[in-house]
Amino acid sequence: MQVPIPFSPEQASSYSGQVDALYGFLCALTFLVGIVISLVIIYFAIKYRRRHDTEVGKPIEGSTKLELAWSIIPFCISMGIFVWGASLYYKMYHAPGEALEVYVVAKQWMWKFQHLDGQREINELHVPVGRKVKLMLTTEDVIHSFFVPAFRVKLDVVPGKYSTMWFEPTKAGRYHLFCAEYCGTSHSGMIGWIDVMEAAEYQSWLSGGAGEGSLASSGEKLFQQLACNTCHRSDAQGRGPVLEGVFGKEVQFQDGQRLIADESYIRESIITPRAKVVAGFQPIMPTFQGQVSEEQLLQLVAYIKSIGSKSPGAASTNAQPAKPAPPQQ
Amino acid sequence: MADTHTTTHAGLAHHFDDMEQQREAGTLGMWAFLVTEVMFFGGLFLAYILYRARAPVEFAVASNSLNVTMGFINTLVLICSSLTMALAVYFSQTGKRNLIVVFLLLTMGLGLTFLVIKGFEYHEKYVEHHIPVRFATYEFNWEGHASGHEAASIPVDDGKVEMFFWLYFAMTGVHALHMIIGLGILATLVLMARRGRFTPDYHSPVELSGLYWHFVDIVWIFLFPLLYLVGAHLH
Amino acid sequence: MRNRRSQRRLSNRVFMEIAEKVIPPRTHYLNATYGVKSWLLTTDHKRIALLYLASVTFFFFLGGLFAVGIRLELLTPKGDFVQAETYNRMFTMHGVVMIFFFLIPAIPAVLGNFLVPLMIGAKDLAFPRINLLSWYIYTLGAAFTVVAIILGGVDTGWTFYTPYSSTYSNGNVVLTGVGAFITGFSSILTGLNFIVTIHTMRAPGLTWFRLPLFIWSHYATSLIMILGTPVIAVTLLLLALERIVHIGIFDPALGGDPVLFQHLFWFYSHPAVYIMVLPAMGVISELVANMTRKNIFGYKFVAFASLAIAVFGFLVWGHHLFVSTQSVYAGMMFSILSYAVAVPSAVKVFNWTATLYKGSISYNTPMLYAFGFIGFFIIGGMTGLFLAALGVDVHVHDTYFVVAHFHYIMVGGTIMGYLGGMHYWWPKITGRMYPEAWARFAALVIFVGFNLTFFPQFLLGYMGMPRRYYAYPEEFQVLNVMSSAGASILGIGYLIPMIYFIWSMRYGPHASANPWGAFGLEWRTSSPPPTLNFEKTPVVTWEAYEFTPRDEMVVVSVRDLLDETLRPRPVGSE
Repeated sequence: MQVPIPFSPEQASSYSGQVDALYGFLCALTFLVGIVISLVIIYFAIKYRRRHDTEVGKPIEGSTKLELAWSIIPFCISMGIFVWGASLYYKMYHAPGEALEVYVVAKQWMWKFQHLDGQREINELHVPVGRKVKLMLTTEDVIHSFFVPAFRVKLDVVPGKYSTMWFEPTKAGRYHLFCAEYCGTSHSGMIGWIDVMEAAEYQSWLSGGAGEGSLASSGEKLFQQLACNTCHRSDAQGRGPVLEGVFGKEVQFQDGQRLIADESYIRESIITPRAKVVAGFQPIMPTFQGQVSEEQLLQLVAYIKSIGSKSPGAASTNAQPAKPAPPQQ
Repeated sequence: MADTHTTTHAGLAHHFDDMEQQREAGTLGMWAFLVTEVMFFGGLFLAYILYRARAPVEFAVASNSLNVTMGFINTLVLICSSLTMALAVYFSQTGKRNLIVVFLLLTMGLGLTFLVIKGFEYHEKYVEHHIPVRFATYEFNWEGHASGHEAASIPVDDGKVEMFFWLYFAMTGVHALHMIIGLGILATLVLMARRGRFTPDYHSPVELSGLYWHFVDIVWIFLFPLLYLVGAHLH
Repeated sequence: MRNRRSQRRLSNRVFMEIAEKVIPPRTHYLNATYGVKSWLLTTDHKRIALLYLASVTFFFFLGGLFAVGIRLELLTPKGDFVQAETYNRMFTMHGVVMIFFFLIPAIPAVLGNFLVPLMIGAKDLAFPRINLLSWYIYTLGAAFTVVAIILGGVDTGWTFYTPYSSTYSNGNVVLTGVGAFITGFSSILTGLNFIVTIHTMRAPGLTWFRLPLFIWSHYATSLIMILGTPVIAVTLLLLALERIVHIGIFDPALGGDPVLFQHLFWFYSHPAVYIMVLPAMGVISELVANMTRKNIFGYKFVAFASLAIAVFGFLVWGHHLFVSTQSVYAGMMFSILSYAVAVPSAVKVFNWTATLYKGSISYNTPMLYAFGFIGFFIIGGMTGLFLAALGVDVHVHDTYFVVAHFHYIMVGGTIMGYLGGMHYWWPKITGRMYPEAWARFAALVIFVGFNLTFFPQFLLGYMGMPRRYYAYPEEFQVLNVMSSAGASILGIGYLIPMIYFIWSMRYGPHASANPWGAFGLEWRTSSPPPTLNFEKTPVVTWEAYEFTPRDEMVVVSVRDLLDETLRPRPVGSE
């Protein structure tokens, strides 16, 4: 489904052609409806034009059959369009399991990217072609929106929470990145590029520089700097719960509620620790709100994810997939 | 069509055909207006529902710190004021001029009592630093709450406690504003009644104002349990 | 009696000829009393309508001025006409002024106020003093907003999204919000007045299904006004509290939720767009029925469609939040409902089209605007289907595609309806006719200018140009230049009617009571009407739009000649 539509951006993701297909259908439908009704109107307008000053029209009540027909048929067509659109939407917002992760922090007026390997980029994101890429986004200040027209994806970033999106670039090239939610003076300056590279190029770019070490190792340093390890010890003797292996597992809280520990839960625990207190522990963890930036939070999240599988060093980088699998997909 | 009025009633406005039409229009107008008021308060109630669902414990703890006695007295005061208002309407229907004035004044007195008690409550909250604002040097502070109840030891998220308080002030504040407007309306009615404007034939201003007053009362009947009685079981 | 009827038929022709001539009534609502006080303290709904006309016209051109600024800046890819901050304030004020001070009040407060009592045979609205109060409230709200503009305006976009508006913006958020808040009460009072009037003051014999469709539309609009506006009032109040004293409702650092603002805001603002378009649809129904001289096809369906739009309109607000981290399943619900609300609008378009069948169609200016409305509304409405399609909306949300969509409806729809209605009822309102040739020319200029301005924006949007951008990548320039060129043509198109309408008030030919040969109680009184609308309360014995051949009709009484009001009789009734 790679038929390009006029006046559309390049089709550069696995998703683009599908969106264009629905769009093309809707254009055709609009054109058809518009032409048909216009022709009918023009025809009637000419045929039934007023011939003399005192002429009146023929009194016609209406036709219930016709009313039902032109209510039900358009409704059915729109339900069809709904299903088509909804299935695209569902696919878009359910990130696949295995994907290259990048953390994104938006702020007035720039996009900051952190790769798990530790590369940081501002306003320009390098990704390999043909692999699914999953973005975890947040913002430091106001609502922004991450928009890549060539991929046909867009997602708002809301302060205080993480949002997730994914895409799979299918064509190497350089594509616009725009902020699509008004965010202040330089809203139209909050733009950048997505650089999709062939696999080999991407590998060489990756190895080009990650001076500070992987995201997870930065997080580990922070974990020690902020003295988290004094309460969260790995030997279960600390005042806080053990964090090794916690990510992705179910946690039970004091009030009986449970949930699966994900990135948002980890962030919340650092910012508002009393919101959910793990069963069997005292609510004594201090809040780190104001002491850690959104980027640092992501580093801590990455670190806790990396110790999640209980085998050190396993999922700390994206240079190779976590499970043994052929590197190219 | 009505055939009862051969002479034009003094209270008939120029654009209505007869008193019945005028009365019908006035009543429908007041009910439609009250519907808009429901929508206005509705937004606040919606916010209340959402935030309470997210933080039931914090809401219970914060509600516990409100003065239930004062709130309860206020509830009684308002219910009584609805009674006196209803009586005022009754007497306007039966044409007892002096009694209309008496009961309107009683209603106003009760309404004023409500506002005074509310004022004391607000003052208490101000002193305890429970007003959720950051303005000049004043700041909301929950940690300083020392109620002596077990409630103080329940771990809470201060931000969520603050949510309760702004809802409390927003909802009771908007309600109080409507009460004040109601007092103004009643004062106008007192002046009109003293001048003998109301007769068994024409007393819709009293009736319609009664509707408004009852509505403001009913809003309080909802507010009281939702704001004051949430944490009652914590004692 | 046969004799009387043929006699009447003969004298009718004579009367018709005379009635068509220049004989205005002696006293009417415009000259009944003089002086500024008689206007500023009037309770006559017709004068209040003219007060509103002056206000909304002023704000239309003010909003238009901001639009000029926007389109000038967008001629070039770089930001070089004004500074970014200034541009941001310009587009915000364009939206705020156009929506709250022009589009929402225009048709209801000008045409609605003027016509609702006339169309139902009443002497005035149910609450004339509240009507005047609503104009003063509008003016007060407007004053706050004008002060806000003078002090530099606000730059949050008319949508005031938090936390930018509550914490970060350094514009006059609260002042502008107060202006909108106050003006909202004007809307509520107008809606209240209409509902009570339509329920309780219809002329004898005028049952619900004999009402003109203009009344049905305004009734539905009034329902939205009274139910929806209070919610924006409370939302703006909360925004003001957040901004001034930081209660924390929309601030995540204080435990609040910025997306809650979006829900609260759109809960009103989506129904608000139906406040803007339903009255225009009412106008179009009147134009189509009267310019084809037959009943609207499927009258009852059109009447119920208005109510359906009002009700369903309250259920779709979440379609503005498809990419706002709202749950995927909520998005799906809102998408389905959005398609549901499109159906009654489509039904109306089909019914108008079907009305043309075997009609007697005149091509005067009001009808041209009706045709324009239908054409633009089809495009605007169909592009709504694009936006309701979740997968497509993700791509075009917050781009120029959305901008084009709503301008097709609001400008191509509402403003065409407004202009069509103004032309159609101008003789009734002023007693004068506008110059038809100039009017048709202006309509043509507007149609061309409008399409040139906004059609390229659909393309820009799909190509990826976001909204509210002050500078843009070079590849978008050609379409932007086209759009700006169109805007200048459109601007000229709007100025022409201003000129000839004003001209006509002094030099236009006097209009008879019923220059269009139209149906409706408003045409059965003089042009302009007397202060109390009718010499005698009409008694309605006919169905809606029950046209009969003209020579069966008795011409409106020209005061010196006849003392009987015009009444079309069903064929063969005597």
